[in-house]
Amino acid sequence: MTAAPTRLACFGGIYSNYLALEAALADVRRRGVDAVYCLGDLGAFGPHPDRVFPLLADHDVVCVQGNYDDSVGNELDDCQCGYVDPQDNHFAQISYDYTLAHTSAEHRAYLRQLPAEIRLEIDSRRVLLCHGSPRRTNEFVWESTASDHFLERLCREADADVVLATHTGIKWQRQLAEGRQFVNVGVLGRPENDGRRNVWYTLVEFGGDQVQVEFVPVEYDFARLAREMADEGLPAEFQETIRTGWWTTCLEILPVKERRRGAF
Amino acid sequence: MAATLPVIDDPRVPQVELASFDQLWFQVAGTLCNLTCHHCFISCSPKNDSFGFLSLDEVQQRLAESVPLGVNEYYFTGGEPFLNPQMVEILIATLEYGPATVLTNATVLKDEWLQRLADADAASRFSLEFRVSIDGFSPETNDPIRGEGTFARALRGIVKLVEYDFLPIITAARSWPEADEARVVGEFTEMLRREGYRRPRLKILPMLHLGAEVERTHGYRPSERITAEMMKGFDRSQLICDHARIVTDRGVCVCPILIEAPDAVLGQSLAEADRPFGLSHGACYTCYQYGAICSNPSAASGGGHAARPT
Repeated sequence: MTAAPTRLACFGGIYSNYLALEAALADVRRRGVDAVYCLGDLGAFGPHPDRVFPLLADHDVVCVQGNYDDSVGNELDDCQCGYVDPQDNHFAQISYDYTLAHTSAEHRAYLRQLPAEIRLEIDSRRVLLCHGSPRRTNEFVWESTASDHFLERLCREADADVVLATHTGIKWQRQLAEGRQFVNVGVLGRPENDGRRNVWYTLVEFGGDQVQVEFVPVEYDFARLAREMADEGLPAEFQETIRTGWWTTCLEILPVKERRRGAF
Repeated sequence: MAATLPVIDDPRVPQVELASFDQLWFQVAGTLCNLTCHHCFISCSPKNDSFGFLSLDEVQQRLAESVPLGVNEYYFTGGEPFLNPQMVEILIATLEYGPATVLTNATVLKDEWLQRLADADAASRFSLEFRVSIDGFSPETNDPIRGEGTFARALRGIVKLVEYDFLPIITAARSWPEADEARVVGEFTEMLRREGYRRPRLKILPMLHLGAEVERTHGYRPSERITAEMMKGFDRSQLICDHARIVTDRGVCVCPILIEAPDAVLGQSLAEADRPFGLSHGACYTCYQYGAICSNPSAASGGGHAARPT
């Protein structure tokens, strides 16, 4: 356990979107926090994966290892995203092959040594930062397919009062029994399949009876990102998501409620 | 029927524990079905009452029992679940506890039921998933297996579900050569779009050589069994018995595929059914080969190097 601050900024899934990362970090500095955490998947989807790393270092961002980081760091064959649909896997592989080929050896070494989880104790609350779930880096825990008693079991088995996770690409939070809380902090890498082009990070504030969670929208130069994706030969489908806010790929993994909210 | 599922009493058979009770299944319509599919892995039919309906009370009791165990998802299968006269009430009750999925052939759905379910779905924070089983993406391939006219009837059911915005997952056992898959699936997807299902969701299953399928093609060969050697380094979370159990009117069984196996009943309560199961069946081999064949895509466990944090 580590002695830790009381106001955290957390985000997941940068997916090489260094422009959104810059904008989010500027916002975080403006608001003032005690520490900044990234819950994994630094590269993927977007252009120029190496541009993310200096920003993280300059702002002392502490990172958890996501499935993508494990894959790229260890030069595995695929991203271990956990998709089961052939079309989802087709696009995931294009994204992964590009990201692996454009991540330097130095940055691969950095990704390789990241921890699978970080534990903090803040105001007597045990806080667990992980990527997918406390028990599996690439587990999808969706808002509409997670029962309260399941989330309580995850917390109990992980000896945690507050679990902060990401991986699914869509933020949400659930207040549980005995003051426990499960929070998906969202991602900076791509919009949330709601037709809005901004991305999200999360402020978590400790102190007092409740843990306060605030989801913060981040506006950034999405048009420039999409142009750079095009210049790098990344799929038109990926660019469309950045330009429109609607997911065009990796859709089959969505439960019906989350799928229904999207356009495709 | 049990004769097709011999138990191999061999200490070398790998045992799998219920590592995490994530999914609770209900054999809610028993083995009663309005169709008599020639490949059905538990030989369901209008006359097969070897397993009976589960009542709303029974389901309610099991839902309550599942809370302290931290169960996540609830799945309903049969037979045809909507032959159970309490099916709509059962799904509405389940959505109070967590996400619900019902596996149906979509040939008996009524507007009044779907309206009530759409209302319950809108009021719940949990997903209600419909999975519609067909077997072949045309009358020519589907109907010889499922019966004359069943493709057209299922398609009408799918369109009805889409009208209520349920976005059903169309589930088909692979009755075509794997090499033809892209073409077969592509043609079917286009046809669904023409029928008004703008964003079709599909799940392709491997064929299980059990039940009626033994007569249609063949059963499992003795060599198609899981050995201890095969389990070395294997991610057990790919097997459904690692994370699920199914309630039947005879007790709690190991998995939805093996309810007719003589060793399938593990206990009368959910807690009792938390004990290891020997992977002695041919169907275990299919589950091993393909992984997560019964779960929804959204519940996929990725497996691989990132399967567990170190």
